[in-house]
Amino acid sequence: MEVKTQQSNQTLHVNMIECDGHGMCAELVPELIGLDEWGYPVVSADPVPRHLTKHAKRAVTLCPMLALKLVDRPGR
Amino acid sequence: MSAPPLLRYDGRPRLLGGWLATGRAASLAEHTRVNGPLPLGAVRRLPETVTSAGLRGRGGAWFPTGRKLKTVARNGRAAGGSHVVVNGAESEPAAGKDKLLLGATPHLVLDGAELAALAVGATKVTVCVHRGTGLARTVEAAIAERAAAGWGGASIGLSLAVLEPPRWYVSSESTALANFVGGGEGKPRDVSAYREGVGGKPTLVSNTETLAHLGLIARHGPDWFRMAGTGEAPGTALFTVSGAVRARGVYELPVGVTGNEILRVAGGATEPLQAVLVGGYGGSWMSPGALAAPFTPEALAPLSASPGAGVVVALPVGACGLVETVRVAAWLASQNARQCGPCFNGLPAIADDLARVTWARDRTALDRLRFRMNMVNGRGACAHPDGVVKLASTALRVFGACVDRHLHGQGCPGLYRPPMLPVPAPPSPSEGWK
Repeated sequence: MEVKTQQSNQTLHVNMIECDGHGMCAELVPELIGLDEWGYPVVSADPVPRHLTKHAKRAVTLCPMLALKLVDRPGR
Repeated sequence: MSAPPLLRYDGRPRLLGGWLATGRAASLAEHTRVNGPLPLGAVRRLPETVTSAGLRGRGGAWFPTGRKLKTVARNGRAAGGSHVVVNGAESEPAAGKDKLLLGATPHLVLDGAELAALAVGATKVTVCVHRGTGLARTVEAAIAERAAAGWGGASIGLSLAVLEPPRWYVSSESTALANFVGGGEGKPRDVSAYREGVGGKPTLVSNTETLAHLGLIARHGPDWFRMAGTGEAPGTALFTVSGAVRARGVYELPVGVTGNEILRVAGGATEPLQAVLVGGYGGSWMSPGALAAPFTPEALAPLSASPGAGVVVALPVGACGLVETVRVAAWLASQNARQCGPCFNGLPAIADDLARVTWARDRTALDRLRFRMNMVNGRGACAHPDGVVKLASTALRVFGACVDRHLHGQGCPGLYRPPMLPVPAPPSPSEGWK
């Protein structure tokens, strides 16, 4: 039987103009955010799984540039 | 009611018809004689009319203009006002159509802009033209001529102004333009202009050519517009054809003509071709064999290309596609707004990898380049990095044999030929982003 991960209806969005590549977010939710070779976040486009929502919210709150947001998925 | 008779496009240029022979801007009297009065009666249903006409943005994205009008009108109502920006900045070095159109028939463009403004509930129209071309004076003179004749403008509650944004490549991107018009820097923003544009108000940023088409659709209706072009991409479009063709210039052709037809209209190739750059500098290289495809967004998409801003540059077999691509990629990299990390780090890195493949037989640079293109794509606030990735990735594909020759140090016949694609000097540091 297929086991489905419960998903929220939100995704992470980083405003690249604001982002300075501190990298905090990638440490807080490595499941959804990696860093490129210059230290800037590569954010998963997939909806945030429910079990990671808390971590994602924490990453949003702790971003020093306030560049990370949780946004509602369009069309849902 | 019986079906309307099947009408066919007569092949005559709609936007440029008659104006080019004079070598100056059409006066308001000449414009009125040819196009008739400002069709104010069309304003109420303009978004629907433009939607049925199927007009799509000619600035490069080919986004449905009717949908944009509806969105800005709706957002404008909610925000208590909106703004219209005519995008004639045309910082695309191989494009000349917007400059030509504004110089030849400014009143048709202004008509379209004023009708669009009324339709979205805007009271202000700002025309942005390429800095240092003298076009600002031409458009200002046209606006003064209209004011004196009581044609549009203040007589219908609109104020018009002309601005010259900085010449940076990314400054003609819609959010950058809205930011600049609102008094900020000509740098892209993370929020679309139709949501939050000039002064935070929803803003319709529309290409010069798009608004000229709109000015005609308001007069002649959707069925007339659809007589030219394809079902998905109706109308005519302006193509700037350059490179190894006999008659470089701007040509107005129905959307859906093939690349071969576009080259034929421009007098044909002067030498056998090895590739054609299509869309713009953030566009795609296509092999000559692919030029049999109709130039519509849908038909070119499987070839990773788009008609974009109508740029068509023919590259002869004697030139080196890699050398051309390295120069343009480095120039595009230098044109970034220093805002998004993946862009201001990634684009110079990509240009450097390409240079190493081209000049230094660096095999690892080729692998790194592929990795970096994949990494950078889609990660800027605007589509600037995506354009560079498109240019570089299509170059690797179309000039694959050339890449091998370079990596094996076999020498490339085009290596020491003068480059073909123009690379303008960057804006002076004192000019900055304002």
